[in-house]
Amino acid sequence: MKILVSVKRAIDYNVRIQVAPDGSGVVKNGVKHSMNPFDEIAVEQAIRWKEDGTASEVVAVAIGDDAVAEQLRTALAFGCDRAIHVKTDDEIQPLTAARVFKALAERESPDLFLMGKQAIDDDANQTGQMTAAKLNWPQATFASKIELADGTAEVTREIDTGLETLSVDLPAVVTVDLRLNEPRYLKLPNIMKAKKKPIEALVFDELEVAAATPIETVTTKAPPKRAGGIMVETVDELVAKLKEKSLI
Amino acid sequence: MSHKILVIADHHDGQLLDATGRAVTCAADIGGDIDVLVLAHDGQAIADAAATLAGVSGVHLIDNAANEHPMAAVLAPQIVAFADNGGYSHVLGPNTTFGKDLMPRVAALADVAMVTDVMAVHGPYEFDRPIYAGNAITTVRAPEAQTLVASVRCASYGAAEKTGSASVAAATVEAELPSHTRFVGLEQAESDRPDLQTAPKVISGGRGVGSEENFRIVYDFADKIGAAVGASRAAVDAGYVPNDMQVGQTGKIISPELYMCFGISGAIQHLAGIKDAGTIVAINKDPEAPIFELADIGLVGDLFEIIPALDAAVS
Ligand SMILES: Cc1cc2nc3c(=O)[nH]c(=O)nc-3n(C[C@H](O)[C@H](O)[C@H](O)COP(=O)(O)OP(=O)(O)OC[C@H]3O[C@@H](n4cnc5c(N)ncnc54)[C@H](O)[C@@H]3O)c2cc1C
Ligand SMILES: Cc1cc2nc3c(=O)[nH]c(=O)nc-3n(C[C@H](O)[C@H](O)[C@H](O)COP(=O)(O)OP(=O)(O)OC[C@H]3O[C@@H](n4cnc5c(N)ncnc54)[C@H](O)[C@@H]3O)c2cc1C
Repeated sequence: MKILVSVKRAIDYNVRIQVAPDGSGVVKNGVKHSMNPFDEIAVEQAIRWKEDGTASEVVAVAIGDDAVAEQLRTALAFGCDRAIHVKTDDEIQPLTAARVFKALAERESPDLFLMGKQAIDDDANQTGQMTAAKLNWPQATFASKIELADGTAEVTREIDTGLETLSVDLPAVVTVDLRLNEPRYLKLPNIMKAKKKPIEALVFDELEVAAATPIETVTTKAPPKRAGGIMVETVDELVAKLKEKSLI
Repeated sequence: MSHKILVIADHHDGQLLDATGRAVTCAADIGGDIDVLVLAHDGQAIADAAATLAGVSGVHLIDNAANEHPMAAVLAPQIVAFADNGGYSHVLGPNTTFGKDLMPRVAALADVAMVTDVMAVHGPYEFDRPIYAGNAITTVRAPEAQTLVASVRCASYGAAEKTGSASVAAATVEAELPSHTRFVGLEQAESDRPDLQTAPKVISGGRGVGSEENFRIVYDFADKIGAAVGASRAAVDAGYVPNDMQVGQTGKIISPELYMCFGISGAIQHLAGIKDAGTIVAINKDPEAPIFELADIGLVGDLFEIIPALDAAVS
């Protein structure tokens, strides 16, 4: 089985986001970036299948500027066989990403396309579903368990009402949730080995993909601050405050 | 130009969900004719409930056995066909897992961009939405020349009142429904407690609660004051509670009047889920816990002493 897995570079989840005072966006220069945590889980899953013989080849794919190569190297250090970097300096919104991923899927013919359920920067939660729609493939989003069988996958999804299980024909797009697995720590020899693995660079034209009409960003601001809170010393004081506000 | 807005109904177990009413409120902010589309099997009662939502002009019901369990790949082609026929300018869904799964598929089939998590409307094509777990709010403008597909951040809107009396009509569409996706089962946590996403009061526990057994005191106190129960990711990951109780960036985003959390440190991913709560009360034994920076009322102490004392105080 061949697996494609998408890898997005995003500001590290531990970073406290600063919004530029001029409204132009979130401050990214000099800020630590890493692989979107959900994508790390997707890569980990693909590599586990490679290690147990389920997958024969795992290809990491990303769209973005030169800096994205760093996250592709990380994916290779996890154990991906090779990587494809679709280069662009433009900001890529989900519909355009989906067009690119469709073109890559058609070129690579994977049995499974694994993605993160959302990127923690833009929080769009769109790209996997859009890619599936463009390919006319099944989609199973928010996966916390994936069982592969012959030509199908049984996917457990974390949804508002509990855990739903779907059976989908392969090829399919599956987007992963946090509880699917815990990604490994990378070891130095693997990081070194990854440096020798191939990253193929492509541009939109080679894939015959055009960017979609974008959604424009007008301005970005910090969220409203909540009014300052108070500390109480005792349970009685707490209960009195809550009664004052008619909350209990 | 007047707008024609289609709201996709979210429902479960034959009941219309409150999230639908919240999406209708957002639609009313955009302004225009509002219709609700119900895709269901035996969905008459759901459609009738949608017809009571104030501001709705018409409810359309596509009743089909294939719609019994909501699967995006099956629903999306029907929605796109219906929206096309009806000349809708906007197609909205709630940002529940139903809408998150479905709406991008609808947008991509129509080959249009989508706006996730609309939290405020500035104009028919201009909206605020949160990014970076709500640590920044961005105002975006969508292209006017195409159908606008969006999900509505339910926590930002109250549900439309149930004072309406819209017409209900059966609808059919020409759409090819795929058989590549099949429903296998749904494992639901049984609970008689109020729904976490709509309850006016929510009590949450985190890793500090320590075990599944210990969570009993959280449930008992919640039952006493009629609250829903939520949890942090750490509590879910540790198996203390089921996944559908997770509050936060990747769990549920809620806006209760009262949010009380016990043994939760206040990671930004958790805070992302509670920023719209009316009053946030934090109980944590660590005075340095970041949760106290956001809380309206903080109390430093051991939750195993405080919960019983609270229980006694409200009895
Ligand atoms: C209004 C707006 C403003 C933006 N401003 C900026 C900006 O200032 N700077 C900037 O760099 N970007 C910007 N972007 C782009 C944005 O950060 C995202 O790259 C894009 O919108 C995709 O959204 P997402 O990653 O949240 O998608 P999601 O749908 O949440 O992503 C889900 C999954 O799709 C995959 N994926 C998505 N995009 C890629 C990719 N490029 N490469 C590999 N995998 C991917 C990942 O597996 C990810 O986990 C902007 C987007 C919008 C809509
Ligand atoms: C991509 C991503 C997405 C995430 N999404 C979410 C999300 O949606 N929701 C979410 O919650 N988290 C999410 N997280 C995880 C988040 O970063 C934190 O790890 C998590 O919220 C911590 O949970 P906690 O506060 O229960 O645990 P801890 O951080 O371990 O805090 C436990 C707290 O309990 C206190 N405590 C211990 N014992 C007692 C006692 N007896 N009495 C009183 N207080 C006590 C401690 O002082 C401590 O502050 C996400 C993380 C990532 C990377």
